[in-house]
Amino acid sequence: MSSIENSATDHHDDHEHHGAPKGIMRWILTTNHKDIGSLYLLFSLLMFFIGGAMAMVIRAELFQPGLQIVEPNFFNQMTTVHGLIMVFGAVMPAFVGLANWMVPMMIGAPDMALPRMNNWSFWILPFAFLILLMSLFMEGGGPAFGWTFYAPLSTTYSGDSTAFFVFSVHIMGISSIMGAINVIVTIFNLRAPGMTFMKMPLFVWTWLITAFLLIAVMPVLAGAVTMVLTDKYFATSFFSAAGGGDPVLFQHIFWFFGHPEVYIMILPAFGIISQIVPTFSRKPLFGYSSMVYATASIAILSFMVWAHHMFTTGMPLAGELFFMYFTMLISVPTGVKVFNWVATMWRGALTFEVPMMFSIAFIVLFTIGGLSGLMLAITPADFQYHDTYFVVAHFHYVLVTGAIFSIMAGAYYWLPKWTGHMFDEGLAKLHFWLSLVSVNVLFFPMHFVGLAGMPRRIPDYATQFADFNAIISIGGFAFGLSQLLFVAVVYKCIKGGEKATDQVWEGAEGLEWEVPSPAPYHTFETPPTIK
Amino acid sequence: MTAKQLSWLVPTAVFANSAMADDMRLNLTKGVTDISSSVYDLHMIIFYICCVIAILVFGVMFYSMLHHRKSKGVTPANFHESTKVEIIWTAVPFIILIGMAFPATKTLIEMEDTSDADLTVQVTGSQWKWHYKYFDHDLEYYSLLATAPQQIANEREKSENYLLEVDRPLVIPVGKKVRFLITSDDVIHSWWVPEFAVKKDANPGFINESWTRVNEPGIYRGQCAELCGKDHGFMPIVVIAKEQGDFDAWMKQEVEMARIAKEEEQKLLAMNMSYDELMKVGEKAYIANCAACHQVSGEGIPGVFPALKGSKIAIEDLGAHIDIVVNGKPGSAMQGYGKQLGLKDLAAIVTYERNAWGNNTGDAVQAAQINAYLTSQ
Repeated sequence: MSSIENSATDHHDDHEHHGAPKGIMRWILTTNHKDIGSLYLLFSLLMFFIGGAMAMVIRAELFQPGLQIVEPNFFNQMTTVHGLIMVFGAVMPAFVGLANWMVPMMIGAPDMALPRMNNWSFWILPFAFLILLMSLFMEGGGPAFGWTFYAPLSTTYSGDSTAFFVFSVHIMGISSIMGAINVIVTIFNLRAPGMTFMKMPLFVWTWLITAFLLIAVMPVLAGAVTMVLTDKYFATSFFSAAGGGDPVLFQHIFWFFGHPEVYIMILPAFGIISQIVPTFSRKPLFGYSSMVYATASIAILSFMVWAHHMFTTGMPLAGELFFMYFTMLISVPTGVKVFNWVATMWRGALTFEVPMMFSIAFIVLFTIGGLSGLMLAITPADFQYHDTYFVVAHFHYVLVTGAIFSIMAGAYYWLPKWTGHMFDEGLAKLHFWLSLVSVNVLFFPMHFVGLAGMPRRIPDYATQFADFNAIISIGGFAFGLSQLLFVAVVYKCIKGGEKATDQVWEGAEGLEWEVPSPAPYHTFETPPTIK
Repeated sequence: MTAKQLSWLVPTAVFANSAMADDMRLNLTKGVTDISSSVYDLHMIIFYICCVIAILVFGVMFYSMLHHRKSKGVTPANFHESTKVEIIWTAVPFIILIGMAFPATKTLIEMEDTSDADLTVQVTGSQWKWHYKYFDHDLEYYSLLATAPQQIANEREKSENYLLEVDRPLVIPVGKKVRFLITSDDVIHSWWVPEFAVKKDANPGFINESWTRVNEPGIYRGQCAELCGKDHGFMPIVVIAKEQGDFDAWMKQEVEMARIAKEEEQKLLAMNMSYDELMKVGEKAYIANCAACHQVSGEGIPGVFPALKGSKIAIEDLGAHIDIVVNGKPGSAMQGYGKQLGLKDLAAIVTYERNAWGNNTGDAVQAAQINAYLTSQ
């Protein structure tokens, strides 16, 4: 026994001395939550640019009426893969990356609970997206049926890249489920003594709830893609009326996944904003417990509103009324969150560092997206808005100026903790202002063309929409180019810069600000005590 | 209110005003039916509510940003909860929503009431055209995009109704309740005319109902609203609303013309068209009906739509060729054209496909051969 104890102690000693292993194998074999967090974040940044490049193709084609640059079939591939990449490749991995980095440090855990699974859940992702992207180069091109892949366009009428699309979505789903399991197990088991649930930072809370959403709905997506696969290749008829199925069934299944998915992409954003606003207001978060309850209510309601994406499919009146009422109801807890952030700022001592600037932009612009969402909930009006650019404007406000801005805010907030250096504030502010202006030039006029009657997912349009589309495209190019500044800021910050203090930001509170900057390779090997 | 506060409100108000302007380019249409007008009212009410909420929330936030700055030497307060405030801002939005739900429910119930229609039209979407069939009248036809491909390819100036014009619009009477039975032959489409506030998905294998009662005669344009494949952006909808008398006259004329066309077709069976004439008619009909997928060059899109140039179908067995053109290929995007086109066009298309692009089979297919095939089925 004693020899075992000795060797265990020896090993432990070694462990304390070694830092990060060197070379490429460090990244491939790593089980360290900080390394994996960085991998996720860098991967997501890469995907953000690939998906963004596709958006540039879309905006270039739509710059003027007529077909100039791409064929309609390729245009459809661009809208489809842009959506898939941004949802599954950019936004979700970015949040998982932030969770990997920050959740253990926020709850005083030494690492994620299941480190090897953590490695695996990241390293299958690049292959999923490689498969998806390679399918674009197949004969006939990649998936062209929209990221929502409605049957039968995605079954009987799709190309053979569909099989690769299905496989790729399966891998993304497996990765997400493993990531979610890891978050839940970590939060349930590895909290430092005294870190009760109602003391957890809100980012941890929102991620816990998000992880449950992921576990609940990713298998539904897996089911949907599998049924598409068997309908296409194995003569089943889940979505074909000719064989006793129903194409609308596909939409019910898809949106039963799809609507909670929307909240998967926004709840962690709420968490990030709830960390940042109190810091730069120098005042505790207003209504902590109501924030937790609001997040949970939104998550539960998200399972009861899916068919508001399908008002025009010919649902019975009772169904339309039910989904309209419940969708309207979601604005109540969402409103509570916005009110709480504003109340947190009220009578604080505000300063406007870059993370705070992105957070304030988030609050304003996400609210605009939320309000247009409320308009979309009104079923009779939705008949007019549905599948127009009004919807495109709505979901880009909640996903770009919502989710992406929160990720930017979070990245700037924690970057000094990750790298040990302060970032170039001038460059970061330039990035913020250029993004803020261009993103509104890009998405705000979409409300107008949508209301005026321009359908979404069309490669060419009537001449009455030409002026606004030119403006939108210019905004799009400007927004796309502005993001290169973000890469420059991150690169410079990794390479060097003013030394960051442990606390980094004057008003910052929480365990992550008590460890040194940069955060050592292993943190909280002995759990901290929470008062 | 301080001047600074006002300065925040001004841009918001200016925006709200410009969006309110009754300009089709910025805002939703009021439309030409009672329903579309109710929908417009709902849209404006909810828009105003959203504006008020936004002004209040952002107003408080911007006030805070201006006055509660550290640079002004303020000491932060330490309050972090107030049950009273939280109950208020949960309850007030809830009450507003209930207020909004009433008119929305009322309009929705009216929109879904398809009973007691005066006229019924079956609307069928297929890749990428609409088919209209009048119940109680002997009339049905396809409605195709009328914009010239050269305009889309930027080789010619774009017409006024670029991409919003069709060869044969749907015609309906004003002041009458017209019911639409909407379905699809292939993928999901969505039949949308903004001025009627009618948007309903066309689901293959199922029939959806919708209705309208147009108040003013006129030409109303819409588009397919559900992604339906490559040419989703190129299947517009045009509806002409006419006074009942004009509608009746139009209907009589159309039915008569359809009858004459059928007779002509019967005569055609006894005639042989020359190879050159078949090729000429065939090229035109091919470009109108087949080129969207198989391309003008006959080369198709590899991996998506098969080539006809040098293909087995177009070179070998003539019967198989006629069969696929007439009946389509089940489980693929190839639709059957037997019911869509006349015998002359079908014969000319088959002839054209067997001889164009170097296929050179020398076959000249006559209307009688197509008819023989159709009647033998």
